[in-house]
Amino acid sequence: MNLTPVFVNIFAIGCLVLSFVKDKQKTKQAVKIAVKMFINILPTLLLIVVLVGLLLGFVPHAIISKFMGDQSGIVGIFVSALLGAILYIPSIVAFPLAASFLKAGASITTVAIFITTLTMIGFVTLPLEIKELGKKIALLRNGVSILLAILIGVIIGAIL
Amino acid sequence: MKQSQKLKQRKEIIKSWLFFVASLAFTILLLLIFPDRQTAVLKSSWQIFMEMIVILPAVMLLIGFFAVWVPNEMVVKLLGKTSGIKGIGLSLLFGALPTGPLYIAFPLSAALISKGARVSNIVIFLSAWACIKIPQEMVELQFLGVRFMALRLGLTIIFVIIMGVFIEQIVEPKATQKGKK
Repeated sequence: MNLTPVFVNIFAIGCLVLSFVKDKQKTKQAVKIAVKMFINILPTLLLIVVLVGLLLGFVPHAIISKFMGDQSGIVGIFVSALLGAILYIPSIVAFPLAASFLKAGASITTVAIFITTLTMIGFVTLPLEIKELGKKIALLRNGVSILLAILIGVIIGAIL
Repeated sequence: MKQSQKLKQRKEIIKSWLFFVASLAFTILLLLIFPDRQTAVLKSSWQIFMEMIVILPAVMLLIGFFAVWVPNEMVVKLLGKTSGIKGIGLSLLFGALPTGPLYIAFPLSAALISKGARVSNIVIFLSAWACIKIPQEMVELQFLGVRFMALRLGLTIIFVIIMGVFIEQIVEPKATQKGKK
């Protein structure tokens, strides 16, 4: 059995008690943030539940392996890097999705690239980044991040 | 500004609900056509749902605590004037601790620049904010295992630091010279 949820829940409850003892008002605020976040993320979470069902129940193993599997090579790297850069999914629900991709036949390399570009790069948020930090820094950061994500994925794939 | 952002967020949420309903309808239709796939689909969906529901509420609670106990103003104040290894370490830490979507981090970074923070620290801070979040890493740990998570985290930290220094060299080579003195 996976012990991570047990540990995380105990940790969260510990924080709750500690926070409550220190400052009731702040604790209330924190719980409010969490509840609001849960409500906001709920549709995406349910969407992922349905998509994972579709992915594992309908999409043939062969197709996933062809585009994201061990033999997918450069195609797999580009598909996963691009997918991660374009999509805008909160990372806490992206990890379960990524795990399902692994189950469906994707390689560790492509999944690692997908997660890394998904979190580090945002095509959706790029205009805002340019506005706040200037074109040079924003474009450099996003561009270099794509290369780094690919490098990270390839290294992880080689080691694991 | 804040009002329009809220409106935008609401629109996004409605869009997500529509996506969900559409994909659900599509799946039901598919399952009616191919009833032999019902067990496989339902089993996979149920499994991922259970795996998520045992960990996500706790993670969101942790995110709430970080948001309340690590105020953004504190981050800006501490990061504005540090440099060197200490600056890199603090940028990583303060990127990883507070929580919120990336678009909150952009104005923060702009404030940091106006306070005189170095470009390398800003880039490291932003990247850490984007992809090294402590509560989120716990979710990665559960779904992808300790080896995958630890390796990706370690590599990301190393590369993010290199990227920060590299981008600073390109954007303002003089500032780096000054920093070295």
